[in-house]
Amino acid sequence: MTDISAQASIGVIATASQRALIARRYAAERRFRLYGILAILLTTVFLVVLFVDIFSKGIPAFTEHRLQLAINADAAKLDPENSKGPDKIRGGDFNGLIRSKLSELLPAVTTRADRKALNGLLSSGAADEFRAMVVANPALLGTDVAVPVLLSDDADQYFKGYQTGTTRRSGESALQMIAEGNNIRLSTSVPEFRGALDALKVFASERLQNDNRELERLDNLIASRTDDLKSAEAGAASGDAAAIAERDKLSSDIASLTGTRDQLKTLVENLAARVSKAAGAETLDATLPSLFVEVNGGVLKVTELGELSALASPILAPKSLDTAAPGNWSILELSIPETNRRTSDKEIAWLEQLKVSGVVESGFAWRFLTSGDSREPELAGIRGALTGSIFTLLVTLALSLPIGVGAAVYLEEFAPKNRLTDLIEVNINNLAAVPSIVFGLLGLAMFLNFFGLPRSAPLVGGLVLALLVLPTIIIASRAALKAVPPSIKEAALGVGASHQQAIFHHVLPMAMPGIMTGTIIGMAHALGETAPLLMIGMVAFIVDIPGSFTDAATALPVQIYLWSDLPEIAFQAKTAAAIIVLLVVLFVMNASAIYLRKRFERRW
Amino acid sequence: MDASPQRPTLSTSPRILNEREIKIVASDVNVYYGDKHAIKHLSIDIPDRAVSAFIGPSGCGKSTFLRSINRMNDTIPSCRVTGDILIDGKNIYDRDLDVVQLRARVGMVFQKPNPFPKSIFENVAYGPRIHGLAKSKTDLEEIVVNSLKKASLFEEVKDRLNHPGTGLSGGQQQRLCIARAIAVNPEIILMDEPCSALDPIASARIEELIDEIRQNYCIIIVTHSMQQAARVSQLTAFFHLGVLVEFGDTDDMFTAPQDKRTQDYITGRFG
Repeated sequence: MTDISAQASIGVIATASQRALIARRYAAERRFRLYGILAILLTTVFLVVLFVDIFSKGIPAFTEHRLQLAINADAAKLDPENSKGPDKIRGGDFNGLIRSKLSELLPAVTTRADRKALNGLLSSGAADEFRAMVVANPALLGTDVAVPVLLSDDADQYFKGYQTGTTRRSGESALQMIAEGNNIRLSTSVPEFRGALDALKVFASERLQNDNRELERLDNLIASRTDDLKSAEAGAASGDAAAIAERDKLSSDIASLTGTRDQLKTLVENLAARVSKAAGAETLDATLPSLFVEVNGGVLKVTELGELSALASPILAPKSLDTAAPGNWSILELSIPETNRRTSDKEIAWLEQLKVSGVVESGFAWRFLTSGDSREPELAGIRGALTGSIFTLLVTLALSLPIGVGAAVYLEEFAPKNRLTDLIEVNINNLAAVPSIVFGLLGLAMFLNFFGLPRSAPLVGGLVLALLVLPTIIIASRAALKAVPPSIKEAALGVGASHQQAIFHHVLPMAMPGIMTGTIIGMAHALGETAPLLMIGMVAFIVDIPGSFTDAATALPVQIYLWSDLPEIAFQAKTAAAIIVLLVVLFVMNASAIYLRKRFERRW
Repeated sequence: MDASPQRPTLSTSPRILNEREIKIVASDVNVYYGDKHAIKHLSIDIPDRAVSAFIGPSGCGKSTFLRSINRMNDTIPSCRVTGDILIDGKNIYDRDLDVVQLRARVGMVFQKPNPFPKSIFENVAYGPRIHGLAKSKTDLEEIVVNSLKKASLFEEVKDRLNHPGTGLSGGQQQRLCIARAIAVNPEIILMDEPCSALDPIASARIEELIDEIRQNYCIIIVTHSMQQAARVSQLTAFFHLGVLVEFGDTDDMFTAPQDKRTQDYITGRFG
């Protein structure tokens, strides 16, 4: 019985070749699993990076900085005719009241230019809330009103820390002040300013390195141009017109480059001398990081810095020149030089002063969710685009769902199978692959030019997007209908239901979850679509929130695109925030689709 | 087999046909699926208030013929039927016949239990509702309860009529399908291998049920189990390669088959 040994070894590896085969099989399985895990990890990493980036950039746009001011709603300024009528009050000088209150807070700002700069820290829509409050309630006239006053985007960016890094150090020894002409000489008994001086040296030496590199580059460039010039001169000597033109161009090039190089060289030499200087006073200019000293209710800008003493010019004059006790004064370092940022030293000093006086507050920017687009970043909101998107999607859904499902039911269940229906089927599949901009062109030619529908309207956008998602919905619905077991239809036919009854009572409801999935994929696609909207004029700067299907509107992705194009830094955050809103809308849509689908399934 | 005669004369005529009214008369029926000739020149008389069983090897055309009786074959585009099938003297392939009316009179139970994915009540109530058989809600409830009782399912499900029909066991689902077929008050019930997906105990219950309701309906059952045919039917028809080979009283058929092929099949030599 030779069989016995073979039977006894079932499951036990017998020969070397079998063992190798099994090892290969296991290795292949392990490899495949590894690929899967790698793929998942990679996508997770990408997704996390994307989300962290978007959220870290976008979350700050949901907060804003305001001044909380108590302003007397002076009836003489706001309603000089004492009419109490909203229209008259609306024309009142609310801005003037806010500005005079601001000057009260910073009395040291006296010159006209400075006043203008100070008022520039307020948003151009700063008075909107004040006006709305008083118009809504004329009884406030003559009383003190707590008004939130919106700051400009630059001031907001400064408080959010995007303009410059700030470090504040409190003075550890007494600070003596002596007036020196317009300036004030500050001196301490311990080297309070050494830290700032060191930081300055580090900054200067880094810049020196960069400048040296730039100098080298310029030298190389001049050398190569000079070589070119030599060969061009050789050509020019033989009378070649092109060579003469070339020579003249090169020599003027070299002249301008040499000029730049010489300028830079002087700068570098100065800088090198300053860096190499071991100790002693350092002169600060606008290209070096700024340094403030806050003392006795004033802000001084340091212009000359030594370890123990500094020369400073007052931006906001201190109340007195009395010696400040340790801990009662502080040094404020700004990491970015004044020339490299949008808010000047003066403005920063004012903002810091306002912050110290406690009127600056930060809060959730409801404005972002409740207002339309604006040229001012601090006033711009997403609601116009969101409303536009909702209107557009409503039109799309209302058209594409019934038409798509109807077409799918007809093609799948009723249409005769012949060449014509085959052709239709192939073309529906082809339509799903047509670039979306083509649908935009079709919409432009047909809905705008031929039917004369209004431009930029959600109605037209919805029509175009409906064309875009129809193939998706038809294909998904047909697949869902095909997946319903034929036994259900037979059962219905068997009890005497007509073909149509069998389909509408049994097959279609069973296919509904699949149809809904296809529809939601199509709608999500439509929500994120920009290109076709471009062609029908929904890419536009529209401030008003659309109130109907025929008002001019934009859509969320278009708003993102428009904002991403704008130069103001604050719009970068707005862009990311708009992306967050788009994602949230998408999640809400998907979640509601899943909820509806579950309810459909539970009914049975 | 291809050279089959125009009207194959059966070797026997079932005695039972003399006692009962004849419900269905088929004469020279041919069914084609595209080019395939699935039923060849079939003629048969089927009595009322009795169970007729169709037996035969797979692919012999018994299900095809069954599905011709309520025109379920219409749903297959390539299928073509010639010849006459008369129910109570009316040709069901006449132009003026409404196929939906026909299917209400000729109920069908399928091989795999296929309840609708709805409640037990809705499953049974669907047919009466679309045919307008119930005047009121109470009427409908009465029809449903009676149908479930006739299908001997009522006692098992009376407390959970609102539960989904798909949650029942296989045998219960098949009885639910029978109740659903009964609910529209048919005269003929076609059963296409109703027990092939069921265990022996569930099959026994279905057979019992068929036996109980045969007094009121003309029942035709297609089955692969010869024991089942012997147990439930009064008449048996043996199909082979699209031809009706033999049709006779079940008792005669299983004890003294006339045709050699019938004998080979029921003794298990092929099939």
